[in-house]
Amino acid sequence: MLNKLVLENLKYRWVRTFLSALVVGVQVMMILTLIGLSRGLLQESAKRAKAIGADIFLRKDTNAISFSQGQIPAGFIPLVQKQPHISAVLGMYSVSVQPLISMNGIDYDELKKFNGGLQFLKGGPFKTPDDIIVDDYYARQYHLTIGDTVTFVNHKWHVCGIVNNGQLGHLIVPIRTLQSLTGSLEPPRFTQVAVKVTNPAETNQVVGELNTVLKGNLIAMSAEALESQYSVNNIPALRIFIDVITGLSVFVGFLIVFLSMYTAVVERTREIGILKALGAKPIRILDLLVREAILLALAGWIFGILLSFAAKALIVGLVPASLPVVTTPDWWPKAAAIAIIGALLGAIYPGLKAARQDAIEALAYE
Amino acid sequence: MSEIIRVRGLKKTYHVGDVDIHALRGVDLEVEAGAFLSIIGPSGSGKSTLFNVLGALTPPTEGEVWIDGTNLHDLTESQRTELRQHKIGFVFQKYNLLPTLNARDNIEMARFLGGSRRPLDNFNTMFDLLGISKRLNHKPRALSGGEQQRVAIARALVNQPAIILADEPTGNLDTENSTAVLGLLRDLNRNHRQTILMITHNPEAAAYADRTLSMRDGRILG
Repeated sequence: MLNKLVLENLKYRWVRTFLSALVVGVQVMMILTLIGLSRGLLQESAKRAKAIGADIFLRKDTNAISFSQGQIPAGFIPLVQKQPHISAVLGMYSVSVQPLISMNGIDYDELKKFNGGLQFLKGGPFKTPDDIIVDDYYARQYHLTIGDTVTFVNHKWHVCGIVNNGQLGHLIVPIRTLQSLTGSLEPPRFTQVAVKVTNPAETNQVVGELNTVLKGNLIAMSAEALESQYSVNNIPALRIFIDVITGLSVFVGFLIVFLSMYTAVVERTREIGILKALGAKPIRILDLLVREAILLALAGWIFGILLSFAAKALIVGLVPASLPVVTTPDWWPKAAAIAIIGALLGAIYPGLKAARQDAIEALAYE
Repeated sequence: MSEIIRVRGLKKTYHVGDVDIHALRGVDLEVEAGAFLSIIGPSGSGKSTLFNVLGALTPPTEGEVWIDGTNLHDLTESQRTELRQHKIGFVFQKYNLLPTLNARDNIEMARFLGGSRRPLDNFNTMFDLLGISKRLNHKPRALSGGEQQRVAIARALVNQPAIILADEPTGNLDTENSTAVLGLLRDLNRNHRQTILMITHNPEAAAYADRTLSMRDGRILG
């Protein structure tokens, strides 16, 4: 019976119910989209690292997300090549050219030896030092096709090929041109070195051997270990950012539900008086308000999930290269908990106010 | 006949700021089970305060109030709430139906709060008697004043209370509906021995009761 009253109350003031749930939904959508974006970025980075086909990566830093250009002197490459159980070594050089987008320099012939080369949707490999290969996401976002010209690092590049996304990066250029443009050619420096071993089953053993030889000047990590680093939990700054957004969402949810429930309690003073006269105890009145708040939160949660799909579709449609976003169903229960906690906090004061309402005064309320 | 309401030396004082308002100044009253009593008096005479005390909506300041064998003076707020659930049915001037629920659910809500699980269908005869059988699925805003008051009477009766307390039950009704509602209350009293205490300022309404008492300045004059 109480549930029926809650439902009827929410239906009766449907505009306020809809708007309150919508605002809670926007908070849920923000959390889910933020998590989806964070995961999307990390998963795409992991996918690209995997697509290179390397068994081991050599880096200056153990943090997968840290890419500072020109950190690895070229002299390390012959040193690694000389080690036993190594079949191929590929130096790579990356420069950030747009927010969240890097330009990746490679020697295409070396890459071909390494993993067989890129899979092209249109066009083909570099023919001149000014050629650029873009992936389908980037081509779609910026309406690029073969023969178009783009400018990066104060240099005009001609699009020679379009590849499937997830291979190296959105923008791939000849490594020497990129090193030259950024002053990293003489002597050549790399941001990352990919290594292939003769027997992948011995990867961990080779990692140990390389780390002994490199003496801490570079860190060797298996591709598997590197991939596992592409997680929100391994990036403290991102973790804090997500926690802050989550906290803000709880606070905004609290404010919205507080305002909605407070208005409802004032509006329904007389009804609360009626219920009290009929024999409703304060706990029953509080229960009524809490149920209403939870229902608002759940409606907001459903709105939020739907809105997160809409946001994803919008992002993928408009800026697929800049903001890779994934669906995060494992966060749906957490988002529900966040919405409910905010709503419950928002319902406490109005609920207690209603529960403490004097029946006679409430019945006299106009 | 046994007493269902017994009041001795009832005083009720409200504190408004620094001022004490003595709404009831020593009321003595006995009501037999099965009686239909009306209390008449002008505004400010204390009749609404008496209604609130007898309805266990507010505790007495002084004196004894016994409702169906229970002394209100000793009750906590929670116990007074339980007393309202089981022993008292209210009929208000402004009907006081929950606007979001239809008539059936308004009645059902009183049963739910009273802890009763008996199907509402068992009350079809009562609904026929009250003339609301065909209006049960309508929300209050779709009902006339007379219909709303009849639903309110059904709601008051549905937990089979010891006493019906009616506060100006015809105050918002036209003559025709007033006559119908008062006739219903009289029939309930005569045919079902339902104890009714009605507060009114209208002598014509008061005349429907078996006995009428007058109040003035917080006292019953007789």
